[in-house]
Amino acid sequence: MNDPGHKQLLGADDIRRAIARLAHEVVEHNAGTDGLVLVGLRTRGIPLARRLQQRIAEFEATQIPLGELDVTLYRDDVHQRMPRALSPTSIPVDIANQTVILVDDVLYTGRTIRAALDALIDLGRPRAIQLVCLIDRGHRELPIRPDYVGKNVPTSRHEKVGVRLEEIDGVDEVVLIQPAAVPA
Amino acid sequence: MSIEVASRPTLLAPAAPAAPLQTRTKPRRHVLDLDDFSVQEVEAVLQTTAAMKDVLQRPIKKVPTLRGKTLVTLFYESSTRTRVAFELAAKALGADTVSVAAQSSSVTKGESLIDTIRTLQALGADFVVMRHHQAGAPYVVAEELSASVINAGDGWHAHPTQALLDLFTIRERLGRIDGLRVAIIGDILHSRVARSNLWGLGLMGANVVLCGPPTLLPASDFCDGLPWTFERTYRLDEAIEGADVIMLLRMQLERQSGGLFPSLREYVRTYALTEERLARAKPGVVIMHPGPMNEGVEIDPRVARSTQSVIETQVTNGVAVRMALLYLLSGLPA
Repeated sequence: MNDPGHKQLLGADDIRRAIARLAHEVVEHNAGTDGLVLVGLRTRGIPLARRLQQRIAEFEATQIPLGELDVTLYRDDVHQRMPRALSPTSIPVDIANQTVILVDDVLYTGRTIRAALDALIDLGRPRAIQLVCLIDRGHRELPIRPDYVGKNVPTSRHEKVGVRLEEIDGVDEVVLIQPAAVPA
Repeated sequence: MSIEVASRPTLLAPAAPAAPLQTRTKPRRHVLDLDDFSVQEVEAVLQTTAAMKDVLQRPIKKVPTLRGKTLVTLFYESSTRTRVAFELAAKALGADTVSVAAQSSSVTKGESLIDTIRTLQALGADFVVMRHHQAGAPYVVAEELSASVINAGDGWHAHPTQALLDLFTIRERLGRIDGLRVAIIGDILHSRVARSNLWGLGLMGANVVLCGPPTLLPASDFCDGLPWTFERTYRLDEAIEGADVIMLLRMQLERQSGGLFPSLREYVRTYALTEERLARAKPGVVIMHPGPMNEGVEIDPRVARSTQSVIETQVTNGVAVRMALLYLLSGLPA
């Protein structure tokens, strides 16, 4: 990153270690993998959930079911955004009475998670829903908290957190993006 | 006629791209025809339709996206599937629906189209889905209304939502649209479905062959100035040879002035898709019909019910494609 407006928060190794730790925390907290279902939130929650699944498979020798969720139809700001094409939601198992591990890249206002909770509950009645996020940047607008956090990053509201993942962006890193130096 | 697409689109992969499609700089307000859709925007509709179809297969077939919005269907011509599909689509997205049939409205007391529309607007309609016997009527209405107008068929002109559901159904069944040979058979001249499909299929890279009695085919320069062409033939066997999709159309007797073909019996003899004729087509050819069907005229009932027929799937997909459009129209207020 040679752009002065960008500050790297996590590099590829940091992300790898954070995911390894999160994987262990999820399994420890739930005393195993029974009844767990990983659900990644579009877009970058999905590769993160897949990495957690792989990690857990390495040390628990079991493959946790993995689903993908697009929460757009449940958002409270759907009429204030430019409409975008929807991605499919696919959850391969019935989530009723399972513990859903929701995975997202950045936790910010909490509104996406609120939408995800509604979307999940329409799909079935899970026993519990837990939340994993790679970055918690604060500024919650709803009473929502994560159960597992890769890294807490104090930010100001006008900064942006950019999570880039190999599977989508070709590189693993998390950067803090300052607002443009020149005012618009 | 002019269009911005400069070259023929290339093959589009059916798989969802990693990043969501951002298709326009400003959100779309109306769906009047496919002539102002880009390949990317059609792609966004098809991709969103797949997600909507998934919603319709869940135990709770409802999402809250359009809660508090109202959709009015205003039909000056009869309809079963289009109107019901729009209503079900709106309800599945949480909107309220009101349906107005011109025959039972103040239209019979002499109220003009514009006054009817203004009334619906004053009553709080966010979406107006309209079907009218005059080509262009939805354009007039769209200029008057702040609500979104969706053309559910105007005269001979256009039926864009039918064409989009046909595109979705073709791709769902065959995995692609680009490069396919699609035969559209019947009363092409009076068919708004054929016109919108010609546009949509051309845009997405299919090769269209139109087939019917000479009096019911458009002139050969019909697509001049557009970046695609079509074949015309009067012979059914020529049209279906090598076709991947056969789309049959109804004789639109209510729009015909008469004398365009000798008799329905002769039409059946020359153009009906029978099992015998189908046997000469490519194995696996997909049979489509936008409905309503006149079985025994343009299509043999056994063909309509064969495993190659996707006619019922078209109806089912009609709900999902309209959900996709309503969602894509519901963004930022203009």
